[in-house]
Amino acid sequence: MTNAVSTAAAELDEPRRGTGTARFLLGKTGEAIASLLLVVALGFLLFRMIPGDPVTTLTRDRPTSPDQLALLRERLGVDKPLYQQFFDYLGGLFRGDLGSSYGYNRPVATLIGERIGPTLLLVGTATVLAVALGLWLGVRAAWRRGSAFDRTQTGLALTLWSMPQFWLGLLLLVATQGVFPSGGMRSPDTPPEFFPQLLDVAHHLALPCLTLLAVIYAQYMLVMRSSLLGEMNAEYLTTARAKGLREDLVRRRHAVPNALLPTVTLVFLQFGLVVSGTVTVETVFSWPGLGLLTYEALRVPDLPLLQGVFVVMAGSVIVMNLIAEVLYRVLDPRVRAQ
Amino acid sequence: MRFPRRGRAAVAVGVAALVAGPFVPVAQAQEQGPVLRVALVQEIDHLNPFLASFASSTMVGRMTWEFLTLPSAEDNTPAPGLAESWTTSPDKLTWTYQIRDGVKWSDGQPVTAKDAAYTFTRIMTDENAQEANGTYVENFESVTAPDDHTLVIRTKTPQASMTALDVPIVPEHIWANQPDMDNPATDEVPVVGVGDGPFLITEYRPNELVRLKANPDYWRGKSQVGELQFITYKSAEAAVHALQNNEVDFVNRLTSTQFDTLKNADGITTNQATGRRYRELILNHGAQTLSRQPIGDGNPVLKDVRVRQAIARALDPQTLVDKVLGGYGQTGGGIVPASFPTYHWEPAANERYTFDTAAANAQLDQAGYPRGAEGTRIGPDGKPIELRLLGRASEDFALRASDYVVSWLGDIGIKVTKQLVSDNEVDERTNNGDYDLAFSGWGTNPDPDYILSKQTCAALPAVPGSSSSTAFFCDPEFDRLYAAQSTEFDQATRADLVKQAQARYYTQVPSIVLDYDNVLEAYRSDTFANFPKQPANTGQIMEQSGYWGFYGATPAQGGSGGGGGLSTGAWIGIGAGIVVVLAIAGTAAGRRRKSSEDTE
Repeated sequence: MTNAVSTAAAELDEPRRGTGTARFLLGKTGEAIASLLLVVALGFLLFRMIPGDPVTTLTRDRPTSPDQLALLRERLGVDKPLYQQFFDYLGGLFRGDLGSSYGYNRPVATLIGERIGPTLLLVGTATVLAVALGLWLGVRAAWRRGSAFDRTQTGLALTLWSMPQFWLGLLLLVATQGVFPSGGMRSPDTPPEFFPQLLDVAHHLALPCLTLLAVIYAQYMLVMRSSLLGEMNAEYLTTARAKGLREDLVRRRHAVPNALLPTVTLVFLQFGLVVSGTVTVETVFSWPGLGLLTYEALRVPDLPLLQGVFVVMAGSVIVMNLIAEVLYRVLDPRVRAQ
Repeated sequence: MRFPRRGRAAVAVGVAALVAGPFVPVAQAQEQGPVLRVALVQEIDHLNPFLASFASSTMVGRMTWEFLTLPSAEDNTPAPGLAESWTTSPDKLTWTYQIRDGVKWSDGQPVTAKDAAYTFTRIMTDENAQEANGTYVENFESVTAPDDHTLVIRTKTPQASMTALDVPIVPEHIWANQPDMDNPATDEVPVVGVGDGPFLITEYRPNELVRLKANPDYWRGKSQVGELQFITYKSAEAAVHALQNNEVDFVNRLTSTQFDTLKNADGITTNQATGRRYRELILNHGAQTLSRQPIGDGNPVLKDVRVRQAIARALDPQTLVDKVLGGYGQTGGGIVPASFPTYHWEPAANERYTFDTAAANAQLDQAGYPRGAEGTRIGPDGKPIELRLLGRASEDFALRASDYVVSWLGDIGIKVTKQLVSDNEVDERTNNGDYDLAFSGWGTNPDPDYILSKQTCAALPAVPGSSSSTAFFCDPEFDRLYAAQSTEFDQATRADLVKQAQARYYTQVPSIVLDYDNVLEAYRSDTFANFPKQPANTGQIMEQSGYWGFYGATPAQGGSGGGGGLSTGAWIGIGAGIVVVLAIAGTAAGRRRKSSEDTE
């Protein structure tokens, strides 16, 4: 995360800072676009390297004549040379067309559009809760470093962090026997009115969200803990204490804001990654989101769909990265001045 | 982390709404009869019956569109469907079906022979409509409907499977408006919702739910099951869990462990059925194309039938059934599973390759494959015989059975290396002949024609990689028996020919049929008392070659059937959750206030 592109000039020449920021933003956006293009190209090649001819995979266990195979090849566009396929794909991408799924026989963009809502609901809820819980526990643990609370909380977080999501999900399912639904996002028979639907979705959300939360909160806690520990011996805290402030306030008003920066960055970086991390959770709980879509696409394998999901996921990581970098600059004057 | 006051108020309102939620009237009265909720572990590829090829999708199709004829629930023999009766001409080339009178599509239009003619003609003439059922019409010359109640099909050569055409007949007035089979709209309720089967599709949420209601005008009479829901579960564990929690009434495709767990559960009944699939170990005895061009890199030593027979003798399928399948399977004989007794063949005691390492060793000694220095037998090329065993890394059976096979073949001096790879790689390599041994298997129909046809020379791939025959079997004697049975209309004679063909296959060992897996199912017997099995007593309930299982289900005495929103336990759970949230929020707010007072 270096942004030495234009900062030297900005530092020397205060009045031109606005230009510096614009240039910074432009540069960063350019970098992001370049990364995205690279990802698209890489994704294209990567999925061409998967063993298995898409046409024979699609017609698996089904008698097909050579004519039918040729027709299918033509329809899927896999009869063209690779570079032609790539340019076709790129062209489609600019028009917002991610191609058509082999397996579902529908536009990839539509399929992803349908599934992104449930994933955002699941990941969003889990992330918000994980950040809140992680920061809160991290602050407490750092403040009472070495205490029983610190040791048990750090230990617990590390244990949960290293647990396979799949297994943890199943464990929760068994442990909460009958209290929460075993899968899906909605019950078939809930009345169509808003509140019953809301309640029904919330009921279905509980377990997958808890599973995801249990696994991801650890990193926020650990980062918060360690960055707060870094601040703990700082002299401004001594000053604050010398002013007679209560320990509680020293922590909340002085130490925590300074230690928050790495965590905020992490939130954005992880948010991009977590979308792919839900594959297992969504599979265990049959949550109809992007993760499940990916899992199904992998089983076929449905190349256009995989590619589409790959681009969307990689794109979200890149965009979140960009936001994190910009935010870093906004939040911390030191970064701006570098 | 501070909660602003306004936020706190919002939380309070939200919680109040959650608490109030349960008092909103949930379940509507089930006047239509009980709801049968079925867990669907396999996904739906299409609801469009011309494209649907997954077992779960064809099952939904069976409920919706009646067939001309279908296998009976009792013993899989052809039973009347839309066709009341049928006759064939003396030359066996013309089939005349009498279409039932008074049957209606769910939109009120009458079902006529023209609908059937349209369905078959569409498959014959529209390449995109051949995806699911193209094989049935390959041999058709013409299909006509001289009047509303007569359907005439002429075939190019006699075809014995004419009373087992597994093709859903669709309404012409709906499907003629769908020129493009690939149009996603052909998967949507306005199109697929018009049917004449025991159930009608009323709602489809891809990857969540397919909802069907009983067809009140169904010609056999309305089902006692008012509504049928297929609810998607992506993990079998979750589906089992859902059954235990009374969220669904029926699950299938259970593993032996899951089955054993459910066996002793209260209110649950299990069904161990004879399966329709056979599991095999294929031996690459010379992969080739239709034009007899050798393909792939199989070990030439497997071209020697004595080696293949010795391998068959060195394996112990009973151990695989016991140890790997948990006892839920029958060891194999012919390629027609035991669940189709009419055509199933078992070798006589003196023909059977019984597990006998000594005999296998003796056969290899006799065939001229001496053991080398390290105990591995030497092939004709002077090199030790080493074979690769291909299996799906995703498949539990392959993972566990491969160790047994390696050890058994090791005992007869054949070194085997396991290659457990992705499903795709297995498909690609078996299609291209790039393997020596591979685990495989096929699902079969009540009519043996299709599964036998897969083993004929005609099924060899036209180009390397096209997937019509994985075992690459091509044997003139087998082909002769296959051709004889497909034109034989006397069932006893035909059965005899089918058995002879299987016996021929068995002696030539292009593959070793290891077992027929049992189908393991379970249902809530506190809500549903009975499901007709196919075949009667020993067969499966779900994924039948018919709709008998769910159509004929009878609700349990006093059982309300499923459905009706959340269970009491669920509401208690929600209530408990809300109390916990309130407690935490209250504590946090209290603490916050205290510290605020201190500072302000």
